[in-house]
Amino acid sequence: MESTEPLLVIDDLAVEFRTDEGVVKAVDGASFSVGRGEIVGVVGESGSGKSVTAMSILGLVKSGRRAGGTIRFRGRDLATLPAKELRAIRGAEIAMIFQDPMTALNPVVTVGRQIVEALKLHDKKLSKAAARDRAIELLALVGMPDAAARFKQYPHEFSGGMRQRAMIAMAIANGPSLLIADEPTTALDVTIQAQVLDLLKVAQQETQAATLLITHDLGVVAELADRVVVMYAGRVVEQGDVTTVFTEPRHPYTVGLLESLPRLDRDVDELHPIPGSPPSLLAPPPGCPFHPRCPLARDRCRTERPQPRVVGAGHQSACHFAAELAAVHTEVTR
Amino acid sequence: MAAFVVRRILVNIVVFMLIGIGVFLLVRAAPGDPVRMMISPEDLQEGSEQFIQARRAELGLDDPILVQYARWLLDAISGDLGSSFLNREPVSGLLLERLGPTVLLMSTALGISLLIAVPLGTIAAVRRNTGVDYAAAALSLGVISVPSFFLGITAIYVFSLQLGWLPSSGMSTPDGGGGADVLKHLIMPAAILGLAAAGPLTRYVRGSLIDELSADYVRTAEAKGGSLARVVSRHALRNSLIPLITIVMINIPQMLAGAVVLEQVFAWPGMGQLAVRAVNTQDYPVIVGFALYVAALVLVCNLVADIAYAVVDPRVKVT
Repeated sequence: MESTEPLLVIDDLAVEFRTDEGVVKAVDGASFSVGRGEIVGVVGESGSGKSVTAMSILGLVKSGRRAGGTIRFRGRDLATLPAKELRAIRGAEIAMIFQDPMTALNPVVTVGRQIVEALKLHDKKLSKAAARDRAIELLALVGMPDAAARFKQYPHEFSGGMRQRAMIAMAIANGPSLLIADEPTTALDVTIQAQVLDLLKVAQQETQAATLLITHDLGVVAELADRVVVMYAGRVVEQGDVTTVFTEPRHPYTVGLLESLPRLDRDVDELHPIPGSPPSLLAPPPGCPFHPRCPLARDRCRTERPQPRVVGAGHQSACHFAAELAAVHTEVTR
Repeated sequence: MAAFVVRRILVNIVVFMLIGIGVFLLVRAAPGDPVRMMISPEDLQEGSEQFIQARRAELGLDDPILVQYARWLLDAISGDLGSSFLNREPVSGLLLERLGPTVLLMSTALGISLLIAVPLGTIAAVRRNTGVDYAAAALSLGVISVPSFFLGITAIYVFSLQLGWLPSSGMSTPDGGGGADVLKHLIMPAAILGLAAAGPLTRYVRGSLIDELSADYVRTAEAKGGSLARVVSRHALRNSLIPLITIVMINIPQMLAGAVVLEQVFAWPGMGQLAVRAVNTQDYPVIVGFALYVAALVLVCNLVADIAYAVVDPRVKVT
């Protein structure tokens, strides 16, 4: 019997990188979960640990080391799974879409063969012809015109958007129950971004896969995600459903992110960038990692690290003064 | 593709002509006199000088250099590279007869070097900064640092003199036993030449594969569920071996230089041995002929590398 636990549960995950200057805590006690069929957006600036979190789910963090916590998928801890069992999950139950489609495909192997490889790795009995037909079908599904001809072409004969379509076709090839998309639109032209986002939506509906969407773009999250996880300096600072977090943010960092965005639906005179820059993860500031940039920072923030607390239905914030923030935020946006 | 090949061949012909002029002039600019080289000093006596002058005139060495070149070029175009000053045998015949053994030695050595370098470099890259990697590095640097003639002499001492397993010189036993006999003679020089070339190649394969292993497409292949062996062999290695084609082709002339030395050590009847003797006796036609053969070899190797590149790498389009 399946447990009642969500599909993916990341619990107190910590990932460290040893560098010449010291230990970098790229992810420092992050916890969140993804339910079946749910789309969860993980947002944060560069260096917030969002990509490392995504990569560590499938054990793809090269030089880093998991320093603590668990990553449970269907009740099994992926981080302690034997290599062979993890490989059986990679590309089958959990598939990934990477940021840069220009480099994520092997340049000397045809696109078709790369999709066929994904199929055959998880179905040894699949015949060559059947795999080929299925791959062409997948290419057609992701909106590739003339899929049969495209099957035989090399990645350099594809545009960036087409390559990302091919990546998506490869990712959904085995009908995964979890799709991890790491900045899937960041490397693309703005016009192509919208198409790829639409395609991701289609792919999600087609496969009913839960999707973990890693992005720095709040617009993408608003468009696609059911829930949002905001990360800062390797920690989850706020999470909740998209509407709640976007309309009633309970963490000053989320407030800052939202205020730095241009809005079409509201008359905004000025954009307010967050002052300062993200902290060094070699020597993170004591207490709340956001306090050096926080307009509300007080003495307590400089000494005591805030833990995530429930601030509403399914809504968590790691701010000592989350309760006060409601009033302040309304004031700022007025 | 055809247009590319034709154009490259035309360019190579021009380069080849220029090399011909260069070598012809340089050889004659070197001090010394080929006729005097043929006579040992104690044989010099009265009347020798007239003989030398007569021989020089006979060989055409008294003519202005441009006349000599023009004469040589006209003959060369019709395939006649002249005759050896030493024994009057035609140069083309001398070289062709020795081309086979040299090509056999070099191609075997090349095969050996690749059979060592690709697997060893791959293991070193995949297991980098481990004992295996350091051992591979030590071996590579070792064979790079030790001159091949020293390895050759050492091998002769161990395998021929002490163990008596392998013959120390030549290409076959006079009334020898065919292919197996040639193979026995071939093992030592080819292995040493191959080992010397494998040193830098191993380092190259390692470095190039390490670069590829950190590429995004390798991560994609891993994320698809491919095993390490599959990810390395089907994805990373394929990409890292493309530049290896060029490296190998560029290394062939260097390998020929190594072959010249080893042919001396092992008395291998190849072109190198002939060339060393020709240089020692200032046998101009043979030296020039040898240089042209080497030049042709280098140019052909470069052309083959360019074509192979276009065949192996789908991104390279030649027009």
